Amino acid sequence: MSNPITKYLPFFTDAEVPHTVSARPDTGLYSAKLGIWLFLASEVMLFGGLFSAYIFLRLGAEPGYWPAGLLNVPVGTMNTAILIVSSITVVMAWAALKMRQLGKYKLYMLVTIVCGLIFLTVKLSYEWPAKFNHFGVFIKKEEASKYEEFLGNKHLKDTGQSPRWEISGHLLDAPKGSHYAHQAEHNAEHFAHETGRHDAVTPAEDDYVIQLDAVNANPSDKENDRPHFWPVPTSTKLAVIKASDVESASVFAPRHSTYFATYFLITGLHGLHVLGGIIVFLYLWLPFRGGTQLYKTNPEHLANRVEIAGLFWHFVDLVWIFVFPIFYLL
Amino acid sequence: MSSIATADVGHHGGTDPHADHHHHELGFLQKWVFSTDHKVIGLQYGVTGLSFLFFGFLLMLVMRWQLANPGIAVPVVGGFLRSVFGETVMTDAGALTAAGYNVFGAMHGTIMVFFGIVPVAVAGFGNYVVPLQIGAPDMAFPKLNMASFWCFFTSCVLMMGSFFLKGSAAKSGWTAYPPLAGIADFENGNIWLNGQTMWLIAMVFNITGSLLGSINFITTIIQLRAPGLTWMRLPFFVWAQFVTAFLLVLAFPPLEAAGFMQLTDRVLGTSFFMPTGLVVGQSVAQTWSGGGSPILWQHLFWFLAHPEVYVLILPAIGIVSEIVANNTRKPLYGYKAMVYSVFTLGFLSFIVWAHHMYMTGMGAKVAAFFQVTTIMISVPSVILLTALLLSLWGGSIRFNTPMLFATSFLPMFGLGGLTGIPLAFNAVDLFLHDTYYVIGHFHYVVAPGTIFGLFAGVYFWYPKVTGRKMSEFLGKVHFWGSLLAINGLFFPMFIQGMGGVHRRWYDGGVTYEQLAGPVLHWNKVMTVSAGILALFQLVFIFNFFTSWKFGKKVGRNPWDATTLDWDTPTPPPHGNFDKPIEVFRGPYEYSVPGYHADFHPQTSRD
Amino acid sequence: MSASHSHSPTPAGAAHDAHGHDQAAEAAHIAAHIGGYIKVGVGLLVLTGITVGLSYVDFGSRQMNIIVGMIVATIKAAMVAAIFMHLKGEKMTIWRFLIMTAIFVVGLFLLTLLTHSDPVSGTSYSTH
Repeated sequence: MSNPITKYLPFFTDAEVPHTVSARPDTGLYSAKLGIWLFLASEVMLFGGLFSAYIFLRLGAEPGYWPAGLLNVPVGTMNTAILIVSSITVVMAWAALKMRQLGKYKLYMLVTIVCGLIFLTVKLSYEWPAKFNHFGVFIKKEEASKYEEFLGNKHLKDTGQSPRWEISGHLLDAPKGSHYAHQAEHNAEHFAHETGRHDAVTPAEDDYVIQLDAVNANPSDKENDRPHFWPVPTSTKLAVIKASDVESASVFAPRHSTYFATYFLITGLHGLHVLGGIIVFLYLWLPFRGGTQLYKTNPEHLANRVEIAGLFWHFVDLVWIFVFPIFYLL
Repeated sequence: MSSIATADVGHHGGTDPHADHHHHELGFLQKWVFSTDHKVIGLQYGVTGLSFLFFGFLLMLVMRWQLANPGIAVPVVGGFLRSVFGETVMTDAGALTAAGYNVFGAMHGTIMVFFGIVPVAVAGFGNYVVPLQIGAPDMAFPKLNMASFWCFFTSCVLMMGSFFLKGSAAKSGWTAYPPLAGIADFENGNIWLNGQTMWLIAMVFNITGSLLGSINFITTIIQLRAPGLTWMRLPFFVWAQFVTAFLLVLAFPPLEAAGFMQLTDRVLGTSFFMPTGLVVGQSVAQTWSGGGSPILWQHLFWFLAHPEVYVLILPAIGIVSEIVANNTRKPLYGYKAMVYSVFTLGFLSFIVWAHHMYMTGMGAKVAAFFQVTTIMISVPSVILLTALLLSLWGGSIRFNTPMLFATSFLPMFGLGGLTGIPLAFNAVDLFLHDTYYVIGHFHYVVAPGTIFGLFAGVYFWYPKVTGRKMSEFLGKVHFWGSLLAINGLFFPMFIQGMGGVHRRWYDGGVTYEQLAGPVLHWNKVMTVSAGILALFQLVFIFNFFTSWKFGKKVGRNPWDATTLDWDTPTPPPHGNFDKPIEVFRGPYEYSVPGYHADFHPQTSRD
Repeated sequence: MSASHSHSPTPAGAAHDAHGHDQAAEAAHIAAHIGGYIKVGVGLLVLTGITVGLSYVDFGSRQMNIIVGMIVATIKAAMVAAIFMHLKGEKMTIWRFLIMTAIFVVGLFLLTLLTHSDPVSGTSYSTH
């Protein structure tokens, strides 16, 4: 005991902690299950903070500044269904392990992983990029009368609806110096190729030329007052907007509006959770020592791990159940 | 790993009698750096946190110099500070600049709260003591525990690194209120490498670390209590940590969400907190879409930051309770009432946050709601304090160093708490908001309150950690010097605050001489007191390091205490206990009539 | 979950053999639940369709549509939580945490909204 510090403080590996696999009798829980529920409680508060921001900003938004119907509902519905299917398969994977059917476990887990990957792929390679190539300008209110043919505020007022200040579609020509110039050039080429028209690019240096969305092409059409399930294709009608009449202009990126800011932040964070879930599932599916190898020595431990990962995955699904209607539908 | 029995002993005894068989000699890194042992992680947190406490204190010293001697170069170290912190913070002559004052102010608050007190009080003491007190071999998730520390450590590196970025560290206060925080620190043109962005990124890591740690604490306390250690036999410190962990798990995530939002406001140009038509410089800013609300940030921030106040104070109350019971040689007065109070306190702390926001223009109904809940929360606080005070009654008190700090905690925390009550009423708050009165109020709670509690804890558990006691003489010098100096530092703040001195005047109020003139001379008193306080901390540092080598050697239970942490070898080995632990009685059975000793350990069967 | 505590990370097979009976009983118990999982899954898919469908029905105002949508979403969420996450029949410890979390998250929503809806007269929390 010459020096008690060096004698007693060498700490090596994890101390052997009880209740990693077995349940504690008085709580009926193994530790990880309690831990994951506490983690999920904190996740509830995390997404709760984000949803409260959504409510706060949406209620505080001035009329006409909270867009609707800009997202692709069929694709969103499909992704929702995919997540639900993956939730079913992950609970089936756990049940298979509990019944000691390793083959079935591997199959169900594979389906879960594939569903997760499809969800992410659709989000990242289709939904988000489509938004990044969609452009909107908010017209200054005092200049809005000049653009009445695209905004249709008289019709909206007569029918008791919120006013419209935004003109959106595909950007074909941007003012000089805009960092959307490259996108506009690309879109203009595409437009010329599709329609044979070359009038999209104006010689004026301070104009936005936009190939209009249906809602701006016929703003007084009753058809456009209601949301559509199938996305309505962009019209071939063009609008020329002076840069000086514009309050703000951007693609449908987070900086476009508080709507897209909340949409991208919440779906982005949700996407990260999906990615995290996939990584954990891959670990449990592949023959790692903590993965399917564990089945040989301690199948119950593996089942517990799958249960924990599954609880997380169900929670991710549960968040999406709210995300889908508040952004896509309502 | 041949020991089958220890792998899952569960309710048969949460101990590892075979601990000694596992002495594989591993390298320094695995022993001390990448350790999963709760005691090492507790020490890592504790030492890192104490270092940050002293660093944050030094920042404050420079600020106090500036307040008493505005524009005059900092003596002796001015040139050194200029070369370390650069031109944004210090003038060539070595005086603090206005921007520098903002940097130091923001970082003092951030460091003291998130990098000093929480790591020491919650993660340091919690990690080291909680598993010992509940008779557990380690935390429930040792690897998660390590991950928690390394998340925290990453946040430390980022936060400290931000001092060396162009334009220096964050300047927007520890509250980081937008819209100012949203537009701050973009001068060097880099949206990522600047003070405020780095502050946000560091906070995200800090919060993640806290969350992992708190989940671990709750699970450990529920799952790993030794056989016989029923809920009402838990030491009060464990209860305090339990409630604290809940506050962190449930209150921190909304701030993490808000941190992400402010981050995207800064790097992606979103407008969560940036209002429409924000004028920056000469013109309306086009960088943000608009439509956001600065008030939203305040809601999300204070949803954490009010419970955070209790995160700072509860572990200290827990430490003080242990020491009071031990040194009065009496059970705690009203143990059960204290437990229920600490729960009520935790619950209420979630619904009082908007009393920080009376000035934002909320209506009378909402203000009334928050006034009522804020006054309500003083009830459990007063119960806790009263119970501790009554515990002293009729005891033959041993006034050793830990007990001196613990007893002084009571009036000091009381002063901090009572001065908070006027602030709960929004009519009064409209006058006192953002004055030095508020600064005085919360510093009394956390400095002579919490930090004295932490000092008490350091003196109390030091023998368990090192096997040696700290010097009593130096401890008493440290205590009396600190007690006098800290009151000289904080009490004048009440006077200044009621005289109208605003908390953010970087010149000590010289510009507002006509308004605040009669109370400005207190600046000198406070600055001198801060200097004296610093000198007495040197005594502590000296004592801390020399006692490690030369302190008086002690056995398992130098304080004749009853709880399980004193039933381990000193220092505790890996796995903590050298015998199976079973608990037969409550935590504070001191001076039990008819028992042969004046303390009756929880493990004693007879 | 009566059986689970009897398994420990012992060398291969030992625990498994010793408690084979418990394990078999539990396996049978779970097998009985599988049909339920499938039914709930199908129910969720159907409700997803209903959510989408209802959003094109005019309930009089945007607010009503939001309320209806949220009710359906809450039902779906409850199904996931109760069946897939086994909250139905879960231990009290976990329920206590979740109830507490629910109270605080609702508090966060409601109190934030209250300050929103009750500004000092003449001022506004409107973000524009």
